[in-house]
Amino acid sequence: MQIRIQHLEKHYGRYAALRGVDLDIRSGELIALLGPSGSGKTTLLRAIAGLETVDGGRIRFGDRDATTLSVQERRVGFVFQHYALFRHMRVLDNVAFGLDCRPRRDRPARAEIERRALDLLTRVQLADLRDRLPDQLSGGQRQRVALARAMAIDPTVLLLDEPFGALDAKVRVELRRWLREIHDATGYTTVFVTHDQDEALELADRVVVMNAGRIEQIGTPDEIYTQPATPFVFDFVGRSNRLRGRIDQGRFRPDGQTRSWALPEPLADGPAQLFVRPHDLRLDARDDGLDAVVHQVRRRADRHVLSVQVAGQDTPFDLDLPVHADAEVPAPGARLQVGATRYRVFATA
Amino acid sequence: MNRSTSSPTTEPRWLRRLLIGAALAFIAFFLLLPLAAVFVEALRHGLDAYLNALREPDALAALKLTLLVAGIAVPLNLVFGVSAAWLISKHDFRGKALLVTLIDLPFSVSPVVSGLVYVLVFGAQGWFGPWLIEHDIRIIFAVPGLVLATVFVTFPFVARELIPLMQEQGRDDELAALTLGASGFQTFLRVTLPNIRFGLLYGVLLCNARAIGEFGAVSVVSGHIRGLTNTLPLHVEILYNEYDFVSAFAVATLLAMLALLTLGLKALLEWRHGHQLAARARH
Amino acid sequence: MSAVLDLDTTTNAPPPASRARRVMPGFGLTLGYSVAWLSLIVLIPLAGVFIKTSELGFDGLLRVWTDARVLAALQLSFGTAFVAGAFNALAGTLVAWVLVRYEFPGRRMIDGLIDLPFALPTAVAGIALTALYAGNGWVGQWLTPLGIKVAYAPLGIIVALVFVGLPFVVRTLQPVLAEARVELEEAAATLGATRLQTLRKVLLPTLYPAMLTGFALAFARGVGEYGSVIFIAGNLPRVTEIAPLLIVIKLEEFDYAGATAVAAAMLLLSFVLLFAINLLQAFAARRAGRVR
Repeated sequence: MQIRIQHLEKHYGRYAALRGVDLDIRSGELIALLGPSGSGKTTLLRAIAGLETVDGGRIRFGDRDATTLSVQERRVGFVFQHYALFRHMRVLDNVAFGLDCRPRRDRPARAEIERRALDLLTRVQLADLRDRLPDQLSGGQRQRVALARAMAIDPTVLLLDEPFGALDAKVRVELRRWLREIHDATGYTTVFVTHDQDEALELADRVVVMNAGRIEQIGTPDEIYTQPATPFVFDFVGRSNRLRGRIDQGRFRPDGQTRSWALPEPLADGPAQLFVRPHDLRLDARDDGLDAVVHQVRRRADRHVLSVQVAGQDTPFDLDLPVHADAEVPAPGARLQVGATRYRVFATA
Repeated sequence: MNRSTSSPTTEPRWLRRLLIGAALAFIAFFLLLPLAAVFVEALRHGLDAYLNALREPDALAALKLTLLVAGIAVPLNLVFGVSAAWLISKHDFRGKALLVTLIDLPFSVSPVVSGLVYVLVFGAQGWFGPWLIEHDIRIIFAVPGLVLATVFVTFPFVARELIPLMQEQGRDDELAALTLGASGFQTFLRVTLPNIRFGLLYGVLLCNARAIGEFGAVSVVSGHIRGLTNTLPLHVEILYNEYDFVSAFAVATLLAMLALLTLGLKALLEWRHGHQLAARARH
Repeated sequence: MSAVLDLDTTTNAPPPASRARRVMPGFGLTLGYSVAWLSLIVLIPLAGVFIKTSELGFDGLLRVWTDARVLAALQLSFGTAFVAGAFNALAGTLVAWVLVRYEFPGRRMIDGLIDLPFALPTAVAGIALTALYAGNGWVGQWLTPLGIKVAYAPLGIIVALVFVGLPFVVRTLQPVLAEARVELEEAAATLGATRLQTLRKVLLPTLYPAMLTGFALAFARGVGEYGSVIFIAGNLPRVTEIAPLLIVIKLEEFDYAGATAVAAAMLLLSFVLLFAINLLQAFAARRAGRVR
């Protein structure tokens, strides 16, 4: 089901949780809502589900305006962060609950309900545990039951709130791949909330980066990482360095430096900041390298990270140096010229 | 060296023993001794006298009336308790803190005053007194008055047990049921109620104990008409004031056994289903 | 109207949905029912006390309140409740401490018994205590030769109120003691504090607010207590006649206004005292917070 969100607004008292959010979700897409806590991502997810009422804007499910539909009428499959499994019901009854609650005329026969619930449990590989109570399951198993339960109502959209947040690291990675497989097999339009960028980049077709109640960027994982649209996205997704400076005659000149760098795209003259990833910095710069002093060298498993102080900038830079057995690593105090293969410049507001 | 190093976080053994001894002596003296006295006094003239006292028609009438009053008052407070707990734990609204305070109000009012307020409203000189007399409806000095006074003094029990429990449990279970298409009523019946059933039982247990044992409030509205408006505790008083001590204590043993049964069930609930009760309710 | 709407049309957003603003069902039903039932059973009848009192007028009210018998009864009720509450605050703390901190056989059963005063009807407690402390009772027969009179004396009222109030203190303190972190005591010990210093300077200050709460609850209950007291008190006007009993006596004499005036005095005094205790508690909690 295609979902269209138009200018959604939500306030809690004087606090604005959503400030005009627009988002189109294509049918069958797997979307990640990524952002720091308080960015509005969970509020947006709950607004789509009808668990939060909104103060302005529209939500459309396909051709239908869902803004004023009740949570029951929206028929979304919602997986809660802590699963919200019904503790007193067997796993099978949890999964069957949605079908069981239908009004009599729409309700399948008991045997049919059980068959469908069992099918779903088989799909999430938990058919053997159908008679267990939720308390007798591991975290990962509960997560899968919650997903099966949500799918049992044949939802218009699957919504998952921090689906892996409560799991330990190993299970988390397994379940990620498994969720992708389930999504590809079922084709449900799926939206999940996460604050973990690895999760969002690995799993989603498109990532929606949110900050302070607004959408900063919508794009494929590649676009989000390689072409961040705003300073916030550059800073929030992946590691980055920031240089302060000015745009002067179509080139960026960092504060305290005489050399300047070409702009990737044209910008008006004025104060600006340049963002660059540690692995896009080079020491073999030719005549446009910036003067810098090595401040500290940190060893990682697969690389050295040089912390370098660029003259005229207030915070040091991180620079990745691939580990080669024969390569010489600069020592603290060494003077260098730093260049970059890829970077982005934003005008400072 | 014969000086033992004492643990930094506990007291020396002799002091521990002294404190335990003092606490146990205090409990024995103030709690166990009165309890024992009830049974000893009741059996002072032998088992036959005891059983005869319990077979008195007035005692049986008092027992029936007590069960009737509790049987009406407890369900009324149960419905209120569930309603108030749903409202307070599942919804946000202005004035919630005030509402919680007001629900507790009957606990800070003297039982005698709890009875008095209904005399003021329904008594012969009360607001509705003349109208009630005109229509020949009796509330004060009759069963409805006993029920009202009992409802008043036991008003907060169920709500107080359920509110913290349901607040601890949060709202996700109910919201999950709603997303799965359950109606509000289905959600309550099939998701909330099973989650709170032991807390509810606990609240009802305490409510019932107080409803059966209430004395002051009921005494004010009863009129002490033997065989008609005398509950068990009131009957104990009448017998006692008539110097029929054996009968008074015999009836009292019924109430004492009920109290012990309540304590036993309460302990059982705490032991078996402690995690499904609110973090130890205070009453 | 149109000016307000214009703000929205610029963004092409519809006005907020007009349906119920709540996702969770049952708000209207439970709010309506709870408030109506609360008002009918508790609030309106209680308001009756103050309305009836105002019918007396200021002079009439003053006449009741300054009546020697009324004053003596109020003094007795509040005085005995205060003494019993204070005694319970100390004894109850000891009991709670022993039950939480020490292991000994029968601990669980004793713990369950603490609630006996809640479960045992007050009239039963009253006659049992009277039987014990009367001149020929199990306890009374040992006290009489010493010249100590408990039953039919103010001391008897205090004994009854200690019985009734004990669980309030114990049940308030137990969770606080159970939650008190052992690390605090260990930290104090590593810093060189003796066990006594640790108790006095680290542990006890964290207990004061709970002790005060327990005291306040026991005190409030004691002021209004009726059933367990009237049997042991003797009910001699101006000597052992408690305020709730005076209300009952005035009602039996059909002096509704007088009874109500005494009730109003009790409610007001309790309110003032509990308010003062609340302030004290906030103060103690702040101090405890600072120590922590």
